[in-house]
Amino acid sequence: MANNTQTGGKSFIDNLGKIYGIYTGGFAAFVIVLAILEQMGVPNRIIGYLFVFMTVGVYALIGVLSRTAEMGEYYVAGRKVPAFYNGMATGSDWMSAASFIAMAGTLYLSGYDGLAFVLGWTGGYLLVSILLAPYLRKFGQYTVPDFLGARYGGNVARFVGVIVLISASFAYVTAQIFGVGIIASRFLGISFEVAVFVGLAGILVCSMLGGMRAVTWTQVAQYIILIIAYLIPVVIMSAKVTGVPIPQLMYGQALEKIQALEPALGVVKGHTAAFADAKGNMNFTDGMNFFALILCLMVGTAALPHILMRYFTTPSVRDARKSVAWSLLFIFLLYFTAPSYAVFAKLEVYQNVIGQQITALPNWVQSWGAIGLVGACDAADAASKFALCAGVKGNADGILQLSEFRIAADAIVLATPEIAGLPYVIAGLVAAGGLAAALSTADGLLLAIANALSHDVYYRMIDPHAATKKRLIISRVLLIVVAIIAAYVASTKPSHILAMVAWAFSIAASGLFPALVMGIWWKRTSNMGAILGMIAGYGVCVYYLVMTQFYGMPLWFGVKNISCGLFGIPAAFIVTYVVSLMTPAPAKEMQDFIDSIRVPRGDVKLANAEDAISH
Amino acid sequence: MSELTPEKAKAYWARTSGLMWTMLAIWFFFSFVVHFFAPQLNNIRILGFPLGFYMAAQGSLIAFVVSLFWFASKQNAIDEEFGVAEDE
Repeated sequence: MANNTQTGGKSFIDNLGKIYGIYTGGFAAFVIVLAILEQMGVPNRIIGYLFVFMTVGVYALIGVLSRTAEMGEYYVAGRKVPAFYNGMATGSDWMSAASFIAMAGTLYLSGYDGLAFVLGWTGGYLLVSILLAPYLRKFGQYTVPDFLGARYGGNVARFVGVIVLISASFAYVTAQIFGVGIIASRFLGISFEVAVFVGLAGILVCSMLGGMRAVTWTQVAQYIILIIAYLIPVVIMSAKVTGVPIPQLMYGQALEKIQALEPALGVVKGHTAAFADAKGNMNFTDGMNFFALILCLMVGTAALPHILMRYFTTPSVRDARKSVAWSLLFIFLLYFTAPSYAVFAKLEVYQNVIGQQITALPNWVQSWGAIGLVGACDAADAASKFALCAGVKGNADGILQLSEFRIAADAIVLATPEIAGLPYVIAGLVAAGGLAAALSTADGLLLAIANALSHDVYYRMIDPHAATKKRLIISRVLLIVVAIIAAYVASTKPSHILAMVAWAFSIAASGLFPALVMGIWWKRTSNMGAILGMIAGYGVCVYYLVMTQFYGMPLWFGVKNISCGLFGIPAAFIVTYVVSLMTPAPAKEMQDFIDSIRVPRGDVKLANAEDAISH
Repeated sequence: MSELTPEKAKAYWARTSGLMWTMLAIWFFFSFVVHFFAPQLNNIRILGFPLGFYMAAQGSLIAFVVSLFWFASKQNAIDEEFGVAEDE
């Protein structure tokens, strides 16, 4: 392949450190140039444009350079992505607009309870590494349904896997495109609906020509930008508030001050209070929901195909294990910083906003209030100035009480540069980071869906004799089709969108995790057991979600429907176990196949070559 | 590249499973058990952090990262001991 020398070739892999080092330096220089331009009086709008177009332009360039016409390159990046870089790519694949923008806000609003997301979105990588990733890497095919098909006797299991995969991934990708639209419209000043399709172009140009190979190398580039953008504002904030630029260590001091202020402000549920209801009393149901959510998010992490398929790209089983560890380290850098954003913002609010004269509020309250992310609802007509004040009745005494203050979750990260008194260029940087986070996750998800449709449904089930060229064309067309449908759904601003993202985890956890884990760890698992188990887990979870969300069914034992996996996961395990014992044990060939994927070295002994391909 | 004898394969899988259960125990402890005691741990303060809050915000996360690197090297040592590690 002529374009192999561009990316994916040997010299490219050997020089990754140099290439991404230069890239990072170039990005730093770019930010400095923009900072100078800002000081020279270039308007903010132009700075915002430059940030968005330059970064998306670079991703597009990487996408074009990584174009490929080879199957192995398109589906698994040629299986030569080093563990360290695959870790970075997984980091940005993983961290979405929700992690980047909304998580710190959730932590601000819900204190200790919000930490279920921090724990749930990190600890699942232990399950990925110890139970699944090395064995799926050894199996060495292209997609997660490939494994289900090979292990559980063909296309029925494969098809059920595809259904679960698409259900879990589609809601998720819609939310990412929604996030891209929000950021692009705010920083480009175009309408949301147009911004969604502009963002879509950015996503497609990265993934369409080069598939997994292009997505991998853009995701590494996107990780670098998103982590720099996330760390800088809060590091400066920490230096300003505490004198030490290590927010992760210093927010303990800020927490202490917050806890000292809470009683005087009339806060009954403290920021660090665990398992408390709204009145601050310890409560069993709240505690149970905290742990149920952690479990569902962790098990879901270990079952989401766009994450699992990243470990198909490493050169070896050994590298797959190392790569999971690197992934978690890179994810950890953002997640252990998020609570410090929440705490520093809360301290600012408690010290400089609450109890102030309305006329003496800091400027950021005004500027973020104007776009509906903050509300100071003291005056009777406050709702006319602050959209968030609708329905809040202030006492109009000219002083802002805590009960009169509103802030949207998204405002915490976005407004921190301004709270810390930083120039606009830092706000632009944060936008570029949020955009990188949303684009990279959308790329990974779209590819997972399109691959499932093109490889598993079209090639494996409809036309097994399709030529390579035709298969690649089909997968590109499907990528565009899925992307357009997702963008269309996002542009209608569906109201349940954020809930749907969290549902994705429970759905994947219930539908895929038991079949994958038992297929590797319990040889006795039979085809029928796994198929019925997947259907049972998926069915229970979706039934609970739909009935409680849309048909007013009361909650079972008070478990929130975001944690429907709490019922779906055991249902799937039990059905798989019982039905497997009731049906004949897998044949000797299947047992040999399982033995062969349990050992890193040696060939994979497919039980039935028809059920899986290896070219 | 030698095939494993059935006995060695069994021993290899026993060791691998043992490590898996150890890791699952670590996972379960830092994901759930330690947080059951969050209200009590919150009475202890370190650098301003109530300990229960700290464990959920940072402590467990650090344990996750460290244990994964440990696991990768430990499993690799088992692979090499049994001669089933892949060639570099």
